This record gives sequence, structure tokens and C-alpha cells, in this order.
Amino acid sequence: MIRFENVGLRYGLGPEVLRDLSFDIGGRSFQFLTGPSGAGKTSLLRLLFLSLKPTRGLISMFNQDTARLAKDGRATLRRRIGLVFQDFRLLDHLTTYENVALPLRVLGKEEASYRAEVVELLQWVGLGERMSSLPPVLSGGEKQRAAIARAVITRPQLLLADEPTGNVDPNLAQRLLRLFIELNKSGTSVVIATHDIALMDEYDARRLVLHDGRLHVYD
Amino acid sequence: MTRAGWCCTMDDFMSTIDPANVMAEPWDSGGAPAASRVLPQRAPAPIVPRGSIAGRSLTALVAILTFLAALTTGAAMMLVRSASDWESAVGREVTIQVRPTPGRDIDADVSAAAAVARAAAGVADVRVYSKQESESLVEPWLGSGLALGELPIPRMIVVKLASGISPDFARLRTALGAQVPSASLDDHRGWIDRMRAMADAAVVIGIGILVLVVAVTVLSVTFATRGAMATNRPIVEVLHYVGATDSFIARQFQRHFLMLGLRGGAIGGGAALALFAIMAAVNAWIAGTPAGEEAAALFGGLTVGAAGYFAILALIVMMAAVAAFTSRQTVNRTLESIE
Repeated sequence: MIRFENVGLRYGLGPEVLRDLSFDIGGRSFQFLTGPSGAGKTSLLRLLFLSLKPTRGLISMFNQDTARLAKDGRATLRRRIGLVFQDFRLLDHLTTYENVALPLRVLGKEEASYRAEVVELLQWVGLGERMSSLPPVLSGGEKQRAAIARAVITRPQLLLADEPTGNVDPNLAQRLLRLFIELNKSGTSVVIATHDIALMDEYDARRLVLHDGRLHVYD
Repeated sequence: MTRAGWCCTMDDFMSTIDPANVMAEPWDSGGAPAASRVLPQRAPAPIVPRGSIAGRSLTALVAILTFLAALTTGAAMMLVRSASDWESAVGREVTIQVRPTPGRDIDADVSAAAAVARAAAGVADVRVYSKQESESLVEPWLGSGLALGELPIPRMIVVKLASGISPDFARLRTALGAQVPSASLDDHRGWIDRMRAMADAAVVIGIGILVLVVAVTVLSVTFATRGAMATNRPIVEVLHYVGATDSFIARQFQRHFLMLGLRGGAIGGGAALALFAIMAAVNAWIAGTPAGEEAAALFGGLTVGAAGYFAILALIVMMAAVAAFTSRQTVNRTLESIE
């Protein structure tokens, strides 16, 4: 589904922060992306999410060479990828329901056509009671679940999560992990960037370990 | 299985997780009541919040600009209309002036000139001013009570032209010169040309002011859009992350500025329309009175007419379109720099 071949990345004229990355992410796969702070996890996620272009190498996503994509083509490709941020990135003026429905609005769908599905997903992630609430009144866990719901509402083929448990307690982290596992079982490939060893020990999955800009894969 | 299928893999899920942690749903919401599934029916909130755009001051600015542009347009159209009326009134008649010449009978010359004029094609009527009438024409400049009979005052012949036929003035002039050497024909071309030049100048000034108004609107909306983009940068980023194209994002801003332009244009243009309507009502009210005659002589009809009202309505639409187009262009340019 996704293939990196000798990918390198540098910011401006600085040193390479990612070097010679070569790996694949298969369909319906589950992997943790880990490494010490500053190892380049977020940069790699940004490459995976097409918000950065590599300075060298080839990135192929869904059988398309990303270097050859125009801006609108990248936007279309992003619709096949869900992204969950550590800081949630919910829009404070929209309700939880509207935040989760945002990707569907972007696709130009009518509200009546997606209403039931969004309500059902919110129920599924335990936010049925909070549909009309604005993000500032949600707890950290609720915000993270809303962010995850927004990332998966369009049933993306790939879900990227950047430190999704970084702002929650261990119990909540476990429950969020279960949510990701459940999404993976429904067919979505999952990449969770984390440096939470305890979380990774909860589930036996492939590990992509970044160290000093290089990637080591432990299947 | 539910409609959307979010719970369809629950069995798989439960088999891989410690049974002690099994939940009825992946997330145990504590038995949410069925009523919680009912979401209040309301239109989704705008993606770009209305309050994040400097709306009120920009609306006021667009309103003032539209008002000034509408006044300019109305005044220019009023002037063009009056000039056209004056032109058609003046252009429907020509004047023959017969100057007294020593050794010639001026009355005979006047009669001959009138006969030449009557014989010309396209002439509807010929009116010969009598000696007394010709003298009374110079009275406002020379004063009354003078023995004007001693002065060589030229005699006037007003020739009214038939509508639809353009007389051959060169031929008439030649015929007059042959029979009455002291007669001269004035077809008012000089007046008409000056009137046309004045009306054209008014139109050029009006267009110039409109261009300035549009330029100020474009600059104001550009600055306001840049401000709105900066304020809403986190929203723009999230929209990118959820797969929005640049044109979708631009539409979110464009809609705001279109409404803002329409609102400002409607206020300013509406005020100008009301002003012109009041002027038309006053004009109708004073029509026939000496003041009305004076105003009509000075300003023409004092009304912009249906074309004027239509032009102002078009101006309102144009201001909204300019605001929407400018914001879209600005957003597109800004988005070029955002990945």
C-alpha cells in the first residue's frame, strides 16, 4: 500500500533528519512507530501524510508516485488517510458532531446523507452524549476520541496517529489502543507514533524504530 | 450489524482482548440513553466562523464606497440624459442671421432668406423674428428705453427641422450666400459639440471614480482576507489534513466575503437609490413651478430614470462580486504557500 525507497529528508540546508528509509506498510497492517524524542517520528508521519516532500528517494502511496502528484492530487490522496494529532486539532467553534462530520462536508456530502453514520460512530466511541458539545468543554480523552472519530469517519485505508496517548492517563491510553485495534480489525492499516513502551507492550505488533534518522523494522 | 457497520467486528475484537475488559461497545459510555442519539436539527455551523472576519468595519467601508460610486453613476447618467435632451432640443432647429448691410433692404433680405429656408428639404417650419422681436433679444444686455432702431441689429430667422430628415446644411448655406450675402446659417454644431464633450467628460470622470472605488474595495478585501486567513490558519490546516482542496477552502472564505459585499453594497446602494427616489419625488412635486423650471433648466430632469436605478442595482452586485473574487484570489495565493 505504501512504499518508501531510500527516502531522505532535510530541512533547508540543515543535516538529514531522515536517512535511507526503505520500508513498506501493507494493507490491514498494524505498526508502532517509535524512537527517542527528536528521532524524526513526526517528520516521518508528515512524509506519510504528504505534508512534506522528501529531499531524495521515492515514496509510493496507493500505487502512485507522490512526487508526481499535483496539489489537488495530494488532497485527494489524503482523503484515504486518517490523521490523529496529539493536540487533537479539533475546531473549537464546531460541535463534536460537526467536527467528526468535517471530512464528509469536505467531500461535498449532504448532511442528511451522513447524519446517521456520524451519530453511530460517535456512539461507538462513547461520545453519544457529547455530540452537541463544543471541544473546549470536552475532557482530554473525549477530545482524543472525537479526533479519532474524525480521522476514521471516511473509512480511510491508513490511519496515522501522532502520540495519540500522550495527553491521557494509562487507563485511557489502553482504551484508546483498543479502539485502534478495533479499527485495524475492520480493515484500516494503523501507524501509531509513540514513545510509550508500556502501550506498545500491550499489543504484539510490528515496530518501526527510528534512531538517529535511520529506521529499524522489527516484524 | 449496524447501518454504518462500526460494530461489525465486535466478536473479533472481544476474542483478542482480555475478557475482563470486554465492553458492549469499544467504548463503554455507561449505558447512554436512547434519547442521546437524537441530535438537534440545525444547519451545520460555517467552517470559517463569521466572527473571525473583520466584518462590520469592512461592511461599512463597502457600503460607503458603494454609496459614493452610486452617486457618481447616478450624477453622470443624469448629466448624460440632460445633455442628450438639450442636444436633441437644440439640434432640432437652426438659426439664420441676416445682418443689415448698407445699400440693401434688410426686410427684403429677410424675406428672401426665409423663402430659401422654406424651399429647403427637411424644414418643418420657418419663423421670422420681427424687428421688434430682434430688438427685444438684445434688451437684456443693452437695457430698455434705448432707441435701438438706430443700431444695426441683425434679424433672426428660426428654422425648425422636420424629424427624421437631415437637411443638407451645406446646400442651404450656399443658396443663402447666393441670394442674401449678409445672411449666415448657424446649425448650433459648436454648442452640440461642447455639450457632447461635457457629457463625455462626465462619463470619463464617473468611470474613473468607479475604477478607484473598485481598487479601494479590492485592496480592503485583500487585507481583510489576509487577516482572516492568518486568524483562521489552524482551521485551514485542519481542512488540509482532512483532504480539502484549495478551491474548497477558498470557497469557505469567498462565501463570507460575498455576503459581506452584498450586505455592504445593499446598504450603500440602497441609500443612493433612496436618495435618487426622493430627488425624483421632489422633482415631480415642484414640476411646473418657477423653481421647478429653474431646476429643470439647470439639471435637466433631476431623475436617473430606470437605467440609472438598474445601474445602481448592477453596482451592488458588482461590489459583492468584486469582494468575493478578490477574497478567492487572495486565499488561493495564500494557500499556494501552505502545504
